Amino acid sequence: MGDPRIAAVRAVLDGVPDPEIPVVTVVDLGIVRDIRFDGDRLVVTITPTYTGCPATKVIEDAIRDALTDAGYTDFAVETTLSPPWTTDWLSERGREKLREFGIAPPVGSAATKRALFGDAPTVPCPRCRSEQTTCVSEFGSTPCKAHYRCDACGEPFDYFKCL
Amino acid sequence: MATPTSTDARIVALLRLADDALILGHRLSEWCGHGPILEQDIALTNHALDLIGRARALYTYAGELEGAGHDEDWFAYRRDAIHFHNALLVEQPNGDFAQTIARQFFYDRYAQLYYHALTESPDERLAAIAAKSLKEIDYHVRFSSEWVIRLGDGTDESKTRMQRGIDELWRYTGELFAMDELDRAAIERGFAVDAAPLHDAWNTAVDAVLAEATLTRPEDGWMADGGRAGRHTEHLGFILADLQFLQRAYPDATW
Repeated sequence: MGDPRIAAVRAVLDGVPDPEIPVVTVVDLGIVRDIRFDGDRLVVTITPTYTGCPATKVIEDAIRDALTDAGYTDFAVETTLSPPWTTDWLSERGREKLREFGIAPPVGSAATKRALFGDAPTVPCPRCRSEQTTCVSEFGSTPCKAHYRCDACGEPFDYFKCL
Repeated sequence: MATPTSTDARIVALLRLADDALILGHRLSEWCGHGPILEQDIALTNHALDLIGRARALYTYAGELEGAGHDEDWFAYRRDAIHFHNALLVEQPNGDFAQTIARQFFYDRYAQLYYHALTESPDERLAAIAAKSLKEIDYHVRFSSEWVIRLGDGTDESKTRMQRGIDELWRYTGELFAMDELDRAAIERGFAVDAAPLHDAWNTAVDAVLAEATLTRPEDGWMADGGRAGRHTEHLGFILADLQFLQRAYPDATW
C-alpha cells in the first residue's frame, strides 16, 4: 500500500472502464488482482469474470493501452484463474454505480452458495427499489448477468448474478 | 502435418475434458438464432460461451505441457476427428429442444461431479481451472435440471419429447464413467479423477430429477463408447467440417 508507484498504477487502471458495463472500472469489478514491480518491470495480474467472457481479451488490451498512454513501457499483463473471481470482489462503489446504471448488483455473498441452490435471493428493482421482482432467465445479455422483471413498475432489468 | 496422439497421460486427460467442452459448446452455439424463445436462445449460447472458455483454458495448458508450440487454436482447428477425445454424448445432434436439454442434463450432472473432484487435484493449475469451471457448471446444472422437470411434467407433447430425448441419449451416458489405462495413469499424476465411483452419485441425482419430472428412467443396457479413444460417431466429422473450415481453407488466418 505504501509504494507510491503502485498507487499510481492503480489510479491509471481505475480509469479503465469495463467494455460491457462502462460505468464501472476494472478495479471496481475486482478483475485486477495484483500490481507489483519486479525491479523496474511492472506486472499487473488480472482474472476473468467468466471463463467464456468475450470481454476478457478486450479488457487486457484496454489495460495495455492505458498503461502505455500513461507512459509505462516495461510492463506485463498476466492472467490468473486462482482464486476464481467472485462477485464478492465487486467494490461498494462499483455496486452503487451498477444500480445507478440500471443493473441490480449481486445480492448477498457468493460464499454462502444460497443463490445457487433454489433459495433465490430477493433482487430489488434498480429503478423503483420494489422487491416484487421475477427472474425471467438466469442467463442474460452477458455471461455475468441474469434477466429480471419488476412486477411493480414493469421495468425489465439485468441482475449481476452472484458467482 | 501429421497429428500424433499424445502418449502423455496428462495431456490426453486435459484433451478429454477440453474436447468435451469444445464440442458441446459448438453444438449449443448451433442454437444461436434458433432457440424456442429468446431467453432460452440466450441461455444456450451463454452455456456455449462458458464451455468454449473452459476448453480454451484446458487447451492452453495442454499446449504448454506438450511444449510443441501448439496453442488453443491448434487443438481446436488442426486435429482430425480420430484425434478428438470427447465422449460420444456431446457430439450427438441437437435434435429438438428436449433432446438438447437431455444431453445437457446428462453432461452437466457428470461435469459437476467430475470437476468437483478435480478441484482436489495436486496440480494447482488444473485445480484452479476446475474451481473456476465449477462455479459455472452449478448454474448449468440448475438450468438443465429445471428444464427436464418442466418439459417432463408439462404437456403431453413436451413429456413425450423429453422422454424420447432421455431414451435416445441414455446409451451414451456409460462412457462418461468408463476408465481406461490412460485415465489411470493420469490419476496417478493428479490430472484425472476416478470417474467410476461418481456413477452412483450421478444415478442418484438423475433419478431424483427424472422422478420429479414424472419421466421413466431407461433400462441400463448396452452402452456406446469409443469417443475417448478417437472412435467417433459420424456426427463429429460434420461438426469439424463446420468448425474448422476457415483454418483448413486458409491456414494460420488471423483476424
